Amino acid sequence: MSLFRIFDIAGSAMSAQSVRLNATASNLANAESVSSSAETTYRARRPVFASALADVMQGEKEGSVGVEVKGVLESQAPLLREFNPTHPMADKDGFIYRPNVNPVEEMADMMSATRSYQTNVQVADSAKQMLLQTLRMGKG
Amino acid sequence: MAISFDKAFGIHQYTIGARSARAEVLAANIANADTPGYKARDLDFSSALEQAQSRTQSGFALATSDARHIQGGSSSSLAGNVKYRVPNQPDTGDGNTVDVQQERSSFMENGLEYQASLEFLNSRISGLLKAIKGDQA
Repeated sequence: MSLFRIFDIAGSAMSAQSVRLNATASNLANAESVSSSAETTYRARRPVFASALADVMQGEKEGSVGVEVKGVLESQAPLLREFNPTHPMADKDGFIYRPNVNPVEEMADMMSATRSYQTNVQVADSAKQMLLQTLRMGKG
Repeated sequence: MAISFDKAFGIHQYTIGARSARAEVLAANIANADTPGYKARDLDFSSALEQAQSRTQSGFALATSDARHIQGGSSSSLAGNVKYRVPNQPDTGDGNTVDVQQERSSFMENGLEYQASLEFLNSRISGLLKAIKGDQA
């Protein structure tokens, strides 16, 4: 029955959005994590979303696709190299490396993820109401 | 004269199925609002309803012995009735055509129409119950 599928779909979207929120939290938490080499510096992480087409292959109805997280990619944007010889983490040339996290971008991403999560909760709630009313059908 | 449930429930027994199928499609749109390359879809309601009504009781379903086999027959009420939406905004850069506002209002509208169909069915059922019980309270 279609209404039960809505819980799967909205649930997959909720878990995908929570992965996104987790990545945002990690990025914001590590925004100031300096390091002494480019390799060990934290890079901003972003999940990649894709439609869960596997269900369609297995004879599921067309039109109802959930979301899956394909993976979490690290941003390839250049790191911030800063000359700060007095810093305890400075390398032998006196440079420290700051992560390529843009806090403004992360905050906007966080709001977007929160709103999407809320929308999916409301969808699941509406589906629940519809199902409950269907179950009560004919009972007056 | 026998009571025909099929006649008593009329079109509403089919409407409710088509409405729940549409709810599923709209929920998938909302779920994929942030998925790159996802194209928003919607159910062609009137043709889905027509198909649900005209479907015979004994559909010719294909035998499947593997999960990847095509279902065939009239097993799905959605088959052929799901169409892509025409986007009302230019591409935002990631190929996604979901307009969350539009999807949410359509989902709400669809839910209310589902409830309306349920109400119609409920009133038909209580009418039938009254007929069955006669003049008892």
